[in-house]
Amino acid sequence: MKHIFACIDGSRSAEAVCDAGAWVSQRVNRKLVLLHVLDKKVYPTRTDLSGNLGMDTRTHLLDELAELDARRSKLALEAGKQQLDTAVARVREKGVDKPETLQRHGHFVETLAELQEDARLLVLGRQGEEHHNAEEIGSNLESVIRTLSCRILITPPDFTPPEKVLLAYDASPTARKVLYIIARSPLYKGIPIHILMVGEENDANQRLLDEAREQLETEGHSDVVTTLKVGEVEATLLGYQEAQGLGMIIMGAYGHSRIRQFLVGSTTSNLLRKSPVPILLMRQ
Amino acid sequence: MIQSIRQNWFSNIRGDLLAGIVVALALIPEAIAFSIIAGVDPKVGLYASFCIAAVIAFTGGRPGMISAATGAMALLMVTLVRDHGLEYLLAATVLTGLMQIAAGYLKLGSLMRFVSRSVVTGFVNALAILIFMAQLPELTNVTWPVYALTLAGLGIIYLFPYIPVIGKLLPSPLVCIVAITAVAIFWGVDIRTVGDMGELPDTLPIFLWPDVPLNLETFMIILPYAIMLTVVGLLESMMTATIVDDLTDTKSDKNRECKGQGVANTITGFFGGMAGCGMIGQSIINIKSGGRTRLSSLSAAVFLLLLVVFLSDWLSIIPMAALVAVMIMVSIGTFSWGSIINLKKHPLSSNIVMVTTVVVVVATHNLAYGVFVGVLLAAMFFANKVGHYMHVRKSMSEDGSTRSYKVIGQVFFASSAQFMESFDFKEAVEKVVIDLTSAHFWDITAVESLDRVIIKLRRDGADVDVIGLNEASKTLVDRFGVHDDPKEVEKLMGGH
Repeated sequence: MKHIFACIDGSRSAEAVCDAGAWVSQRVNRKLVLLHVLDKKVYPTRTDLSGNLGMDTRTHLLDELAELDARRSKLALEAGKQQLDTAVARVREKGVDKPETLQRHGHFVETLAELQEDARLLVLGRQGEEHHNAEEIGSNLESVIRTLSCRILITPPDFTPPEKVLLAYDASPTARKVLYIIARSPLYKGIPIHILMVGEENDANQRLLDEAREQLETEGHSDVVTTLKVGEVEATLLGYQEAQGLGMIIMGAYGHSRIRQFLVGSTTSNLLRKSPVPILLMRQ
Repeated sequence: MIQSIRQNWFSNIRGDLLAGIVVALALIPEAIAFSIIAGVDPKVGLYASFCIAAVIAFTGGRPGMISAATGAMALLMVTLVRDHGLEYLLAATVLTGLMQIAAGYLKLGSLMRFVSRSVVTGFVNALAILIFMAQLPELTNVTWPVYALTLAGLGIIYLFPYIPVIGKLLPSPLVCIVAITAVAIFWGVDIRTVGDMGELPDTLPIFLWPDVPLNLETFMIILPYAIMLTVVGLLESMMTATIVDDLTDTKSDKNRECKGQGVANTITGFFGGMAGCGMIGQSIINIKSGGRTRLSSLSAAVFLLLLVVFLSDWLSIIPMAALVAVMIMVSIGTFSWGSIINLKKHPLSSNIVMVTTVVVVVATHNLAYGVFVGVLLAAMFFANKVGHYMHVRKSMSEDGSTRSYKVIGQVFFASSAQFMESFDFKEAVEKVVIDLTSAHFWDITAVESLDRVIIKLRRDGADVDVIGLNEASKTLVDRFGVHDDPKEVEKLMGGH
């Protein structure tokens, strides 16, 4: 059984991550796991340039370094525990019965890569602990998106459950797959879905949109709205989202080929940076 | 990709550059001293140290480890240089590099798991003793100022770090060298200097094809040396990598390190340097000074080259006494003093392995032989220990006609004699049952002794019944893959 993982840290995003995690886990009826990763960083050590080797310097040095690391790790562990406790209290308040917690040592992205087998969806905050500027996105986020192949919900520092959502659709194989999954998933059942296609206004595109709507409707979604707009993708998406007051954007992400990995940057990360609402990124 | 470049190179710039300077300063006396051990000009060791440290920064599998010309390797080259000259050493260095690259592709780095803790300790202790012994020629039949300066040098090295503030900012070996040189010049003491030991570098290293005839004869001359250099180089590099792993609490890629060492040595041979490997002492100094990433090794190499090329005139006036003091420090720092205290705590077999490794190395001046003997001894002790996990339980049926032997544990070459002795062949019974369901037969020796037992019993007129032979002989098959699967191991080792 795959779970919903919500990645908690000490940043402002943590609360939004909790809220989003709670919302998703209740909608899809899956267990919520609150995850805290203790990312080991290289800390500057005390400068000792004496450059000599005494008796058993190796053992002493090992003891000294281990001691330093132990103290830092203890503090980090403690802080992480507290963050998790706060998170547990918050998701309980939101009505999640038995949230699980998980604390792991290791590089953040690598840890997620190991866990993604068990993850149905991953909830991440847009910014990590070290970022304060609202326009910035977390340094880990880009590499997470590049490395992982599971569904990722990226939330801004505030999360409100969406009342209407936007599905960015271009009829590409990726987008078709996204549509197929969304149609069958309980996540958006009962929530109006706006399908937006950015492209030429012609019959062919309109037909593709109608097909998409039909697919959603056969799976029991009502209130599906389709729109075809001309323009630049990013601006059009965000403009439409704002005009319609849509609370979440769903989009497919690029494939996994090497060259495309570098391209994740442009459109996707610009959207992540500018979007005032959560984005569900589906990588297939 | 970009992330890992940043992580591997630029995550600790200040620490790495500072550590690079400290390491470069410490590498100079060592490179000169190891050149002298090998019997070549100091420039050969200095070029080697630069090339190896620079190349390994890119190709190595253990960021933060320092590789350069080493004593362990220098000791293996002595006879080659003496009998055939420098050019053959360079050719042997290139061959060593190529063999190490092959070892990397064959994933021989994983063979390190057969080298036990005691052998490693024996290795470093022997290395320390050899480095110390190599200094003795400089300390025998010399005038008293040499002793005085050496002692003063050691005093500076060990006491200078205790001076507040500057003690931790200036490398004490450097202070020692500068101070001793100043004293020797000021008072005009007539002692041997580095300049007396051979040529120092005055240019950047240049690419040169080793000047040896490319024929089978040359190959046969350098091959035995290259094999030893390959083995010792990889051993010391792998050990050093493990030490750095422990100190920094990070992982390294051992097979990449093998290949990296190979590439470094191949290139070094073409630039007039001698073969080298990972350095235990220098790597510890690097970590201690704050070096962590690949940048530390590269910056050490670059600083080394700058220092050597621009200061070569100054290098030649350094008294050998100062160098000897630094090398004594290196040998003291390399020796595992804790292992002497642990002699009391550790089991006798471990101590024998450790001491034998040391004795063999010191006797042969070849670390490879020591490790070979050490590994062999350790394996024998292990076989002996596991051989004790064999027990035969006897029971007699109520009517006294059937004797049952239940064999429990490991039957293999080391325990097969004991296995045979457990049977009472003198006993006159009609029927013998040998129950092997809880036994493991590991090799042909074990099967053969079972055959002999059965034949002997039959000759005495007993009917022999063997139970559970299939289960017992499953371990006989060399199917190593099975052991990776916990369920299979459970099946195989079950019955205990």
